[in-house]
Amino acid sequence: MRADTIKPDRKSAAARVMKHASGDKRFKILEAHIRKFQGRQDALIEVLHKAQELFGYLEDDLLLFVAYQLKLPPSRVYGVATFYHFFTLKPQGAHTCVVCLGTACYVRGSDKVLAAIEAASKIKAGETTEDRQLSLLTARCIGACGLAPAVVYDGSVTPHQTPESALARVKDWLPHGN
Amino acid sequence: MVIDDLNAIAEKERSSRKKTVIRCCMAAGCMSSHSEDVKAGLEKAVRDAGLGDEVEVRGVGCMRLCCEGPLVSVEPGGRLYEKVAPADAAGLVAGVQGDEPEGIKRGDPDHPFFRKQLSIVLANSGQIDPERIESYIEAEGYRSLHAVLREMTPQEVVEIIVKSGLRGRGGAGYPTGLKWATVAKTPGAQKYVVCNADEGDPGAFMDRSVLESDPHSMLEGMAIAGYAVGANQGFIYIRAEYPLAIKRLQVAIKQAKQIGLLGSGIFESPFNFTVDIRIGAGAYVCGEETALIASIEGRRGTPRPRPPYPAESGLWECPTLINNVETFANVAPIIRRGAEWFASIGTGKSKGTKVFALAGKIVNTGLIEVPMGTPLRQIVEEMGGGAPGGARIKAVQTGGPSGGCIPAHELDNPVDYESLTRLGSIMGSGGMIVMDEATRMPEVARYFMEFCMDESCGKCIPCRAGTVQMHRLLDRIVKREGTTADLAKLEQLCEMVARTSLCGLGQNAPNPVLSTLRFFRNEYLELLRPGSDEPAGAGASPSPGKNTEAS
Repeated sequence: MRADTIKPDRKSAAARVMKHASGDKRFKILEAHIRKFQGRQDALIEVLHKAQELFGYLEDDLLLFVAYQLKLPPSRVYGVATFYHFFTLKPQGAHTCVVCLGTACYVRGSDKVLAAIEAASKIKAGETTEDRQLSLLTARCIGACGLAPAVVYDGSVTPHQTPESALARVKDWLPHGN
Repeated sequence: MVIDDLNAIAEKERSSRKKTVIRCCMAAGCMSSHSEDVKAGLEKAVRDAGLGDEVEVRGVGCMRLCCEGPLVSVEPGGRLYEKVAPADAAGLVAGVQGDEPEGIKRGDPDHPFFRKQLSIVLANSGQIDPERIESYIEAEGYRSLHAVLREMTPQEVVEIIVKSGLRGRGGAGYPTGLKWATVAKTPGAQKYVVCNADEGDPGAFMDRSVLESDPHSMLEGMAIAGYAVGANQGFIYIRAEYPLAIKRLQVAIKQAKQIGLLGSGIFESPFNFTVDIRIGAGAYVCGEETALIASIEGRRGTPRPRPPYPAESGLWECPTLINNVETFANVAPIIRRGAEWFASIGTGKSKGTKVFALAGKIVNTGLIEVPMGTPLRQIVEEMGGGAPGGARIKAVQTGGPSGGCIPAHELDNPVDYESLTRLGSIMGSGGMIVMDEATRMPEVARYFMEFCMDESCGKCIPCRAGTVQMHRLLDRIVKREGTTADLAKLEQLCEMVARTSLCGLGQNAPNPVLSTLRFFRNEYLELLRPGSDEPAGAGASPSPGKNTEAS
């Protein structure tokens, strides 16, 4: 299905991407970052980290831009971007809620915390609400095992969560009126 | 930088030390309980009380008892305070002058949780300020690197590590000295040292704590390794999930470079060593060394067959030494105190100490460092305080998704590489998760299989397809839909996947299933669909007509 968006016609794709990039300052910042690594191809993961930090997610044009800058085939960039869980190719919501499902959190009931948020938000882990307010994610282990179960709300690790405390925390991020 | 400069820094640090030191834990655990605000509160309280000349407030690394954070300690006196709130700051500072502060939970530094620990790797953790290199230098830091560069040949360094009996702390327990010797022997103009800080096992946070609490000890170990094997470039491969550890490492590397402890001509010797950080992107398989190499090279993190081992052909096909964070952190103390000292700690084949992350259904969660050979029961019951609410402990899980569950009646076994392997588990990186009677073992097995299924890189078929099938079977069993035939099929698959997978992820993926089947088989049998309890042999060989369904 991705083949529809990344067309085999390289030249026109390249022209489109560069036109897109010319109007956006963030591409300039990314270019500077690539220069910091002297355009080294083995810096691909570092560059993708920066790209995601700047744009929030890795859209097709962004991946193509990185491919052209590093002189790598788009397939290689796409392959790396989809291999690692940390990279997302879909836009994220305004708020993120990451439920840790590490073993310590799991035996202390993080599955119930996740189920409660899924039920209230009507989305599954890995999805974003339709109004783009909340992205619900899971983590394999955030290393906060002494505080299990832990949930990360907008980047801040919050210890000892229960279904109730989690729902109270995400309440304002949920779609209203249903 | 010469030794006199190092001594001068240490002396300056020592002479500027104030009468009282209030230490406030600034590791990730306590920081998520707002220890930053506590520290700011303490600093303000000290200023307000006009005690700026007598009392120092120091942000330190992990103080170990994570469940009671934020933790604060006061020296002299060795008092420990738990669950400190910013509002407690004034009272606590007033208490330094004599009166015992009221309403702040007092910890017990003589509890077995602390008393039974033996610190080598964590010796500086909770003591020094991890963001100031001076603090590490005062604690004998970088002396080992100096001794190595000025007084020893690379061969002598390797010999010391061999003699110490140090084994890899990342999981497999390969003798570190042997690994170093192999890399040192392999010819090559360019060699690399890599620190594996991709601590992916769920339930493990030892490496994170070491890097957050004492990053220089690991850096010093890496530099010594670089000298011993003839490498001038190091890489630290660290998970993106550990932002604080990354930040502290960046600070540490910068400070070490500034005063010439990393870079070129270290201690006016011809030895050059630089360290770069590579940030992972959330792939468990990258803890496997060949996958890690692929990831540092900017490729998909898929493993490749070994040999050639990275020691001969690793990063960009150069000889590469890969060790875990804790392994490197052991190096400087070994050089400083001697191989004999290190070898005197632990058991016959497992020397030194091991750091464990104690978590799960246990009263005292946090970090412990104990000599190898400590009985599991002592760790879990005495130090950990048993399960909360007096519940009975059912099993202890070690080694993450590659390990197994050790049942309560086997807890008198000592922790060392061999004993844990004999029990169907592994030492692993050091996560230790306690489970009580409420935990259902088949569900635990399914949980780990789901993990392995998601994290399988997809390169080899046994792991890619086998984990999916094993997960499906476990799911059926947990949902009470499984039959005796399913169980037999599961066991068969376990063996096949373990024997034929390309890397450790697949080879060890069946471990949680096999170990729970070994010790808790009854729980599986109870879940099997009623009426399916015909002899296993009959169920395992379906009639020819049904054959297609299975494939």
